[in-house]
Formats: sequence, structure tokens, C-alpha cells
Amino acid sequence: MNKTVNQKAWFLILPVLVLVAFSAVIPLMTVVNYSVQDTFGNNQFFWEGLGWFREMIESERMWSAFGRQIVFSMIILAIEIPLGIFVALNMPKKGFWASLCLVLMSLPLLIPWNVVGTIWQIFGRVDIGLLGHTLAAMGIEYNYTQGPIAAWITVIVMDVWHWTSLVALLAYAGLQSIPDAYYQAAKIDQANRWKVFRFIELPKIMGVLMIAILLRFMDSFMIYTEPFVVTGGGPGNVTTFLSIDLVKMALGQFDLGPAAAFSIMYYLVILLVSYVFYTVMTNLDKRDGH
Amino acid sequence: MAKITLDNLAHSYLPKPSREDDFALKELNLDWADGEAYALLGASGCGKSTLLNIISGLLHPSQGRILFDDHDVTMAPTTQRNIAQVFQFPVVYDTMTVRDNLAFPLRNRGADPAYIAARVQQIAAMIGMESTLDRKARALTADAKQKISLGRGMVREDVNALLFDEPLTVIDPHMKWELRTQLKSLHHEFGHTMIYVTHDQTEALTFADKVVVMFDGRVVQMGTPQELFETPEHTFVGYFIGSPGMNLLDAEISGDKAVLAGTEISLGKGFGTLSGKVELGVRPEFTSLTSGDVGLPVTIKRVEDVGRHKIVRADFQGTPVNVIAKEGAEISPDMNRIVFDPAGVNVYADSWRVAPKVA
Repeated sequence: MNKTVNQKAWFLILPVLVLVAFSAVIPLMTVVNYSVQDTFGNNQFFWEGLGWFREMIESERMWSAFGRQIVFSMIILAIEIPLGIFVALNMPKKGFWASLCLVLMSLPLLIPWNVVGTIWQIFGRVDIGLLGHTLAAMGIEYNYTQGPIAAWITVIVMDVWHWTSLVALLAYAGLQSIPDAYYQAAKIDQANRWKVFRFIELPKIMGVLMIAILLRFMDSFMIYTEPFVVTGGGPGNVTTFLSIDLVKMALGQFDLGPAAAFSIMYYLVILLVSYVFYTVMTNLDKRDGH
Repeated sequence: MAKITLDNLAHSYLPKPSREDDFALKELNLDWADGEAYALLGASGCGKSTLLNIISGLLHPSQGRILFDDHDVTMAPTTQRNIAQVFQFPVVYDTMTVRDNLAFPLRNRGADPAYIAARVQQIAAMIGMESTLDRKARALTADAKQKISLGRGMVREDVNALLFDEPLTVIDPHMKWELRTQLKSLHHEFGHTMIYVTHDQTEALTFADKVVVMFDGRVVQMGTPQELFETPEHTFVGYFIGSPGMNLLDAEISGDKAVLAGTEISLGKGFGTLSGKVELGVRPEFTSLTSGDVGLPVTIKRVEDVGRHKIVRADFQGTPVNVIAKEGAEISPDMNRIVFDPAGVNVYADSWRVAPKVA
């Protein structure tokens, strides 16, 4: 079949190009622009080349924030994924209680980030917070504004409280789609509970679990609002994660050049991790296909 | 291997069954002899799978007992009953290889690895999957998966019974024959008690020594294929088995005479006086067309030639009647009567067969 050549058709994608340009490309390019220039005010800019990037890569401050970020993301994944699966396994399968559980589970997901931060900020205060006060009354030393361990625990527990439901709901949806015959066959084959989980449930929810891990990794890697509201990155900078540090640098110190260079590297890291996940997931699918 | 006894068994899916209609499985008493092959035949939704799941322990009955060799297992969980069951749709363990799938039930019971390896090889040969043993099960086609399910069902030699719940639904027709034959030879070889659920009468009659026919939550007859054919105990058995099924005609019966819509015929045996809904049941094989003035007047609607014989579709006073005429038998336009072979005449009162009185 001969296709007619119509170069005017390019105009049809113009609206999309304009939209993407204004919403993504141009803002990103301004960041790129800042990242290669330096300024002493007066809107005068000087070419800096890759200097800021070099400085950022050698910056101990950034590497330690990156380290804290990785540790944080790994800890919450290590808690939320197994906990979410465990909750999903123990939720009622049908009926009134199943619906009730689903509603209760989705509540934390509906609360805005800064509200979650505020809730925990107050909840954990030793003077007026229920948790902080109770712990103090029990003789446990807990003060997230001063103790680094307490601060970390608070931030992690908060994230677990906020996001485990997401993992649980995804895993629950995966579990619900397993036909009864699988469980019956497992009984016939005399498989114990662990084997049922290992050979039936886990393989069947692997797909949604990968999505849950990806979502939780990305979200936690970019976390800003909640720890900012609760600890402000402190005490000192023990809970200063990447986004918090970035904002400090860009808006607090107005170091636009380094902050821009850093943003771009931050973005590339996230892109890289997403790509790795995507590849792993599609490879899993491919392995199924043959 | 064991004899299975169902004693006063009934099951309802409702928490508090009150009426008989609430029961998916109505009260029944049944013995399944050790080492026999049974087919459980009935239309969809008649309680076949319920009965099977009760035997395997996946369901606990609302009332009654199940005995394996006089040993009460009513409340025993599936794992303690040592039963193998194959389901309608394939169940495979996706992440395992075919080999591991087949070995799974044996490993769970802690069998000796050398024995497992040999046994798995043997089963793989039986289901024709030796070449795919090391492939992941998830990547296979539906009928290959179902063969794995069958294989997993057969891999244990010491099971009390082997239950099949319409296992060949997803299998290709040519493969169906092959697998069914293999199941039969397996039965001859090991003598397991087998129960095979199906709604396909050919499948039931070719597979089983005895066929159990279920209708509306009730076991209406248990018998050899021949018994089901010659003396159906219930009108359902009459028309469900046979192609076409049994002719059922409303009749009034007194003694050895039956009156069908004003025409009197002789039955050749006495039945006394029957009350309720009385029907005469005669298979098309025992019905023949004649001319003249003996027999029931019918109108022939059409004749279907199915090769081996001809099926005559006729109408008697608004009731359809089928006649099987031998291949080559002449059917002429003046044949407007049917007569019954007295050997093939059964009498039913309220759907249940009435035995003739011995003179």
C-alpha cells in the first residue's frame, strides 16, 4: 500500500510539543542553564562549565546526604514490603470486614504529606504528644529533636504508618486474583503454609510487588515534606535527606549553580533506578512468555 | 487404598439450612468399593463437585459421616486423608520446573529422593512430558499444564482414592482419548479407587466400572453402564444417558395394561395400580415403527441418518418420541404406529422406577 506523504501532518503534534516544552523541557533547561553558570548577582552570569558538577561529586555533604537517603529507603523497603504482604495475607477475604479493612487501610494514603508530618510532630512531642509523653512516663528516653536515634525511628515509623497500606492493598489485590483451586491443590499435595506462600502466593503477587517496590523506592528516595515538618532535617543533619539538603542549598543558601547541578544528578539517579526496575520487570515477563 | 462409605451425608452451603431445597447435596448413603473406577455423572450444578470435595476433605459436610475402611474421617483435614485430586482447570506451581511440580507431593511427604526421581520419570513417561521435565511450568500451554496436574495426582502410589473433577475439559479432543485410556490402564495396574466427575456420558461410560448418576443434589442411580441403559431407576437417568434419551410418555396403568392418551397397550408384566405421575419409559432402541393398527399412532416429523442407524423423530399426541431404526431398515410413509419391545419397557411413578410384580 502506498502511503501518501503529507508533511503538514506535523502540525497535528504541535499542541503536544508546546505543552511538553512548557511543562517539562523548558523548566528542565533552566536548571541545566544554572548548572553550568555562576553569578554574583545583578543577573550577570558567567560560564562555569562542569565545575559545579565536579564540586558536587567531590562534596562530602552531598555524599553523606546520599548515604542517609539510601539507608532510609532500604530500611523502609525492608519493613514496608514484608509487613504489607503480612497484612494482606491476614486480611479477611470477603464480606463486611474485608470492606472495612480496605477503607481503614486506605485512610493514611489520603492524608496530605505535611498533615502526616504535623500529626507525628505533635504525637511524638514529650510535652503534649500522646506517644512522646507516654514513653517519657514509662521512663524511656525519647526526644526526636535531640536524639539522632529517636529522630530516625520517628521518621521511619511515620513512613511505615503512611505507606505500608499501599503495599498491603497492592498485595491484597494480587492475592484476591488467585483461584481457590490453587489452595485446594496445595492441600491435596500436603503443602504446608510456608510452601503455599512460597510457591503459590508469592509467584502470583510478584508482578504487583515489583510495582509496589518501585513506587515505594521512588517515593521514599524523593521524600521531603514529612521529615522536614517533623525534624527539619535534624538534630544536626542526621535526617537531612537528599531533597531536604537540596532545598537548603537552593533556597536557604541560594547556591543555585551547585543546587542545579545536583538536581540533574539526582534526576539521573532516579532515571537510572527506574530503568533498572523496568528492565528487570520486563525480563520477568519475558521469562514467562516462553 | 480404601473402601469409602458415605453415611447419611448431606451438605448445604447455607449456615442454617431449613428446607430440602437449601441442600446442595441431599441426604445420601453410598459405598464406594475399594479399587473400583467410578464415574460421577450429572448436569452442571447437580452437586458432583460438592460430593467430591467432601470426600477429599476440602469441604466438611453439614451432616453425616465419611468412613475410609470403617475409619471415621468426617472431620479429618485433607492432608490426613491421603487423597489425590485433579481439578477442572490446571493448577501448576509456576516457579517450579515440571520435574519439581511432579515431585512436590512426594517431597512434602518426605519420600526418599532416589524413589522420587524414579517415580517422576515414570509419571513423565505416562503423560508424555519427559522432554519438558526441566522447563518452568508457567511457560507451558493449558493442556500441558493439565497433564502436569494429572501427573501430580497420580504420582503418589499409596493414595486412598484418586478423584478427578472434570479433568479433561481443557484438553484437546484427541489427547482426551489418550489420557483417558492411560487413566484406565493406570487403574488396572495399581487398582486405586477412582472417582471421575464428568457431565459427558461417553466419558463416564467408557471410563468407569460403575456410574453414579446425580440429579438435583441427589444420587439417583449407581450401576454399571448396562444397568443404566436397561433399567434406569429414575427418569433423569433415562433421558440423560443414551442418545437420544429415553422416551417418556404419560400413561395410566392398571395391572399389565397401560392406557396412553386413549390407546391401550399390553405391558407383558403386572404393576398393580399406580398413583401419582405415572410414565412409561422406553428407549428409542426398544421402539420400532410399523404400519397397520397395532401400537400408538404417531406422526413422523423427520428422519436423521447418523450412519450406523437412523433416528426417527415422531410426535405422539404432542409428546416427542424418538425411534432408532437399523441402518437399511425401510421407512415407508404409511408407517404411522410405534410398538415397544416389552423387554425394554419401564414404568415410572413420580419419576422413580416401579419394579414389575412377579406373577
